Amino acid sequence: MADAAIELIGINKSFGPVRANRDIHLEVAPGTIHGIIGENGAGKSTLMSILYGFYQADSGDILVRGKPVSIQTPNDAIATGIGMVHQHFMLVANFTVLENIILGAEGSALLTSSIGRARAELRRLEQDYGLEVDPDAVVEELPVGLQQRVEILKALYRGADILILDEPTGVLTPPEADHLFRILARLKDEGKTVILITHKLREIMAITDNVSVMRAGTMVATRKTSDTTVEELAELMVGRRVLLRVEKDAANPAASKLSVENLTVRDGRGVDMVKDVSFEVRAGEIVGIAGVAGNGQSELMETIAGLRRAVSGTVLLDNKPIDVTGTADPGELRDRGLAHVPEDRHHVGLVLAYEEQENAILGYHDQAQYLKGPFLDHAAIRRDAEEKIAKYDIRPGNPRLKTANFSGGNQQKIVLAREMEQDPGVLLVGQPTRGVDVGAIEFIHKRLIAMRDAGKAVLLVSVELDEIRALSDRILVMFDGRIVGERDGSASEGELGLLMAGVEGPEAAE
Amino acid sequence: MDFLPTIITVLDSTIRLSIPLLLACLAGLYSERSGIFDIGLEGKMLAGAFAAGSAAFVFGSAWIGLGMAILVAVALALVHGFASITHRGNQIVSGVAINFIAAGATIILGQAWFAQGGRTPQVSGPGRFNAVELPGAAALRDVPVLGTIYADLLSGHTILVYLAFLTVPVTWWVLYRTRFGLRLRAVGENPAAVDTAGISVPWLRYRAVICTGILSGAAGAYLALAMNAGFVKDMTAGRGYIALAALIFAKWRPVPAMFACLLFGFLDALSIRLQGTPLPLVGRVPVQFMQALPYILTVILLAGFIGKAIPPRAGGVPYVKER
Repeated sequence: MADAAIELIGINKSFGPVRANRDIHLEVAPGTIHGIIGENGAGKSTLMSILYGFYQADSGDILVRGKPVSIQTPNDAIATGIGMVHQHFMLVANFTVLENIILGAEGSALLTSSIGRARAELRRLEQDYGLEVDPDAVVEELPVGLQQRVEILKALYRGADILILDEPTGVLTPPEADHLFRILARLKDEGKTVILITHKLREIMAITDNVSVMRAGTMVATRKTSDTTVEELAELMVGRRVLLRVEKDAANPAASKLSVENLTVRDGRGVDMVKDVSFEVRAGEIVGIAGVAGNGQSELMETIAGLRRAVSGTVLLDNKPIDVTGTADPGELRDRGLAHVPEDRHHVGLVLAYEEQENAILGYHDQAQYLKGPFLDHAAIRRDAEEKIAKYDIRPGNPRLKTANFSGGNQQKIVLAREMEQDPGVLLVGQPTRGVDVGAIEFIHKRLIAMRDAGKAVLLVSVELDEIRALSDRILVMFDGRIVGERDGSASEGELGLLMAGVEGPEAAE
Repeated sequence: MDFLPTIITVLDSTIRLSIPLLLACLAGLYSERSGIFDIGLEGKMLAGAFAAGSAAFVFGSAWIGLGMAILVAVALALVHGFASITHRGNQIVSGVAINFIAAGATIILGQAWFAQGGRTPQVSGPGRFNAVELPGAAALRDVPVLGTIYADLLSGHTILVYLAFLTVPVTWWVLYRTRFGLRLRAVGENPAAVDTAGISVPWLRYRAVICTGILSGAAGAYLALAMNAGFVKDMTAGRGYIALAALIFAKWRPVPAMFACLLFGFLDALSIRLQGTPLPLVGRVPVQFMQALPYILTVILLAGFIGKAIPPRAGGVPYVKER
């Protein structure tokens, strides 16, 4: 048998008291796609950073193609033939594709010859791997999927034959992700070895040959992908059984709680982001809005929540109008029983510098229960925060801890606890599980179903199609600011995908 | 009033007054393009001017003066680099500190060494940079218009003037045609990209601030040994800040930087020329207003007439490796 492309033996790495990697063993066969899966903080990124020379392991050996190597800097990694596509692209936004590709691999002190060489080499790579991109385009003007392609080309240009991709689909739309997978398959066919780091089980099943699971800094298992199941991997990741399918009964929708009619929203550039949208959400149902990010879902949510002004249209909350073109504000809407879990918890949902207990009442802090005369009643706020921490299993359970020190999943629970515990009639939820671990996703989904079963109207916006399909009783698909289709919760992924891409529906029929 | 000689005179002083701005502006360009804000240009120029004045007097050579100016300014630039690159300190605080040190130290050392109230003794002859006659200037002087422009405007400046103008295309070439320039532009935009490409961010930024030191030292030497005949306390008179304004105005590009500096130099020259001269319609304008004019126009230009000036994206932010 050929030597492993990469073999890690007994890798240990600590940051102060935190042991990020303990005694990691890993073998990656050449010419395969090897998945590494684990929750946020399981140590996947640390391990790959060691392999790419960002960090040095405290102990352990790295073998590349059977030979022990010492990787002290990214330069050493590049020289060994290891390339990395980072989660946050390492591109210079105002440089052209070519400039980005040659950066650090110019070859000579003057650029003219380097650029000429790079142009020819790029053409060859394009042909070999089907990676077309305009070499003279400025990177910041390219869509995200193409920017990622530039990252891959950067690694290949440096002669990488082992390619590490760190959470590559986090920023991609489903069609872009599919395209990436085709590229990876092509790279594999050409004999490259690919290491794919992700926390999305679906991707692992779809593309990898082997998969290794990490949990809390240790490598808990390695499987052939064809011999394992999503359920087994999820259990290995979390360390207990996880329900991937949300269990729910059929919805019992009652009276209309939220009704949107002919709503049009224009953004700051004067572009119509929401175009003549109408729908309603009834008590006791979850309506999901599916769509590729940037097709108007965010603007729609913000308008209903009173954060953005509409150009025209009406919105009725409990059959009484909200002044969406004029003076609607979130405070007033909160008083009328509309709660909003914003898409971007860092910038809109939370003040990260606040203590947990302060964020737990933010926006509701002028309610009598939190006040003692004109002052905040800290004892009451503390009690309230402790109740929410217990009920939503927020960890660590310290209401005085700065919010920035909580993990993404726990931050999201802080926001959800705040909004849900107000017992609103209508709940708007944006990307409820973005950047959240599998275990917490399960919990959040259960809470949303519980809200529905308690007779609340829930409007859910998510770019995760799986999430939309798991939770929604009805699914509306948005494309280019319009609702291009309505399906029930059992619609297939392919059907919704075509609607999301604008291939089907009224737009395409024209 | 003869029109052409007046214009020539104003343009001639425009060139003289632009040079310290231009050198300082290009100095700032290297640093800021690498992501290190440098509000300490003023201090480096001043220290450079003092070093130039002192060394030129002691050794009787303008070139040694220039060399000392560059050494001192590079040393201060390295202090700024040490604070803001190695120790990731606040770049504005570090720059302001350098300005204070330079303002104080030049006077104290000047008084201690030369006892002339903070000045350095007058230098002359080879201790100064003297005017260079371009070939054929005298012969062509009598040719109408073109000859006058050649002889009175283009010829007759010090060598530093010609070197400063040469620095503009050289900087452009370095920035856009060399590997160093590519990396310099990249590190000011996204140092993480440079780091992951296997290039040392600190070393790259140190080289950038060294370039800044060289050019700001030259600007100081020009003030002390070409525009004047020795160091006078506070002789930079805010030029380091005006150079920064010109840099923003030029959106951190070398050729527009030259034009911006020429514009500010022109306003300065105009205000000197128009002092005490009655203007049509308005009559005699107070001297103070004319002196304030370049600054007023600076504010107006920067406030609205240049469109959006986007600084290098990583400017002012110390680079800390992620994860």
